[in-house]
Amino acid sequence: MPVQAIQKNYEFDARDAQKNYGDNMLLYVGWDHHTLFCAAHAFVVSPQQSLQDLIDQQIQAGFNQHPDFEHIDWSKVQFTLNRERLTDIDFSKTLADLNFDHKSLLRFVTPGLDGYNGTHV
Amino acid sequence: MNSQAKNTTKTATKKLNAKDRYRMLTRDLDWDFSYADRKEAFPYEEFEGIKITDWSKWEDPFRLTMDSYWKYQSEKEKKLYAIFDAFSQNNGQMNVSNERYLNAIKLFLTAVTPLEYQAYQGYAHVGRQFSGIGARIASQMQSIDELRHVQTQIHAMSHYNKFFDGFQDWAHMHDRVWYLSVPKSFFEDARSAGPFEFLLAISFSFEYVLTNLLFVPFMSGAAYNGDMATVTFGFSAQSDEARHMTLGLEIVKFLLEQHEDNVPIVQEWIDKWFWRGTRLLSIVGMMMDYMLPNKVMSWKEAWETYFEEAGGALFKDLSRYGIRMPKYSDVIVKEKEHISHQAWWIFYNFGHAAGFHTWIPTDEEMDWLSEKYPDTFDKYYRPKWELARKLEAEGKRFYSNGLPQLCQICQIPMTFTEMDGDPTMFSYRDSIYKGERYHTCSDGCHDIFENEPEKYIQAWLPVNQILQGNCGGPDLESILRDYYNFNVGADNMDIEGSPDQERWRKWKGHVA
Repeated sequence: MPVQAIQKNYEFDARDAQKNYGDNMLLYVGWDHHTLFCAAHAFVVSPQQSLQDLIDQQIQAGFNQHPDFEHIDWSKVQFTLNRERLTDIDFSKTLADLNFDHKSLLRFVTPGLDGYNGTHV
Repeated sequence: MNSQAKNTTKTATKKLNAKDRYRMLTRDLDWDFSYADRKEAFPYEEFEGIKITDWSKWEDPFRLTMDSYWKYQSEKEKKLYAIFDAFSQNNGQMNVSNERYLNAIKLFLTAVTPLEYQAYQGYAHVGRQFSGIGARIASQMQSIDELRHVQTQIHAMSHYNKFFDGFQDWAHMHDRVWYLSVPKSFFEDARSAGPFEFLLAISFSFEYVLTNLLFVPFMSGAAYNGDMATVTFGFSAQSDEARHMTLGLEIVKFLLEQHEDNVPIVQEWIDKWFWRGTRLLSIVGMMMDYMLPNKVMSWKEAWETYFEEAGGALFKDLSRYGIRMPKYSDVIVKEKEHISHQAWWIFYNFGHAAGFHTWIPTDEEMDWLSEKYPDTFDKYYRPKWELARKLEAEGKRFYSNGLPQLCQICQIPMTFTEMDGDPTMFSYRDSIYKGERYHTCSDGCHDIFENEPEKYIQAWLPVNQILQGNCGGPDLESILRDYYNFNVGADNMDIEGSPDQERWRKWKGHVA
């Protein structure tokens, strides 16, 4: 729905457009049922980095404060990107090749690891 | 030449009766333009789609002439500043419950006082733009009230600046600090709207429907915690707020009675502003439940009293115009048991980046929270504090790495959870507009985005701006110090071990 505006052409650039991040893009990453973290994290990522890089760098830095983190079996993790489950994941592929785009949301579930004392914290 | 003899029988000038005097000093300040086009003189009145058929139907929400206004206000000011002086001279800061309390006031000064300044500007604008003289006068008086509130709040709290950290540079912080974009963007959304939406947003939704959920918690909180300065400000503002409430009620009824085409527009605004106001008030909820050493009531209780009961009656009354309860009020009924805990948890997570102190609640406080939130605290929120305590005991007081995802509309970190289903699951919502992705925290914020996307794609989201490199850095500490003007190591971090706490204990003669 258009904005009811006093001027005819109420049109503006998106303030968070990808070009404002150079060659990088924003990625939001949330670890389901681990609410020690009050929200998903916002990361700057390169489309050219691999999913494995993402895990080893940004995800490691953002989530390793949780006692569950060191127990994660990454081969069993369920990833959902922009509401679609990722299957047959090749961790060596680049984020761009895996269809990560600017301001995508990646959620991951670690089966068997349900937060502190299983409380989802 | 004879000069005209003075007429010694003076024709007695009739004193105006009260009704005529009032009319001449209010309605009759308007005039019919003899050569200017009225529509050109009031260019903002039509674009929102609101139809006004007869401005003379406007009923003054309060009957005050300017000279009475000045008289009453200046009497209040004389008393108010005398009390501020006494408070200062008698070291009133020593009477607050404890050093934790001041953090509620730091939040007030940085988050709420600048909104009074925005209100002053907003009402000054609409106070010129309405073609109805009654609406202009009411708005102009409110504009002056709001400027007065800015000033009186600053003066009330300035004394604390001599003794506690985090009171400096509040205006600068308001424009830059991540959590302060929440109140700032709320008001900017209202001010960049048309004059009718502005009054619906602020006078009706905020200053009538939701006002008690801001005013009572802070002012009662002050009373319960020995803060005479803030209590005195509150008393001094009360009669102003009463006038503001009546303006809110008048604008909604006037618009609904003027034309039936106004009803769906007003409903949409009620839905939007009720939701935005409720999201903004999550900060008040956390203040009540976690920041006041002496609790007034729980957020849940405040919501039940001031919205479910009082608001319920109001919307029942408005139903005769075809207005229904705000959209998603059923969600908020469930959220009332969650949002205060979730909001404080955000600030505990990011305590290193906050301009006030944060802490783990005491055992007594957790028992109080258990009692007040029997369905949610022990199940969902006590475990968070248990883990926080565990990490703190291990020397790893939890300060979250990285930066959080923010909602495009309310700009709060996306911490709110699904109320239909799993309250430990963040309620992620998203939209695509002109090829770009946008994320929102709830159906309420999502709908607001979908209705006016062009407005919100311009949002200055603090986290995204930091990541663009627009706030200095690259490390967080430089941003806090150079961009936010925090005194790093003094304003931020846990209350435990803070300079505020050390000073307080020394003054009070506590053993460390």
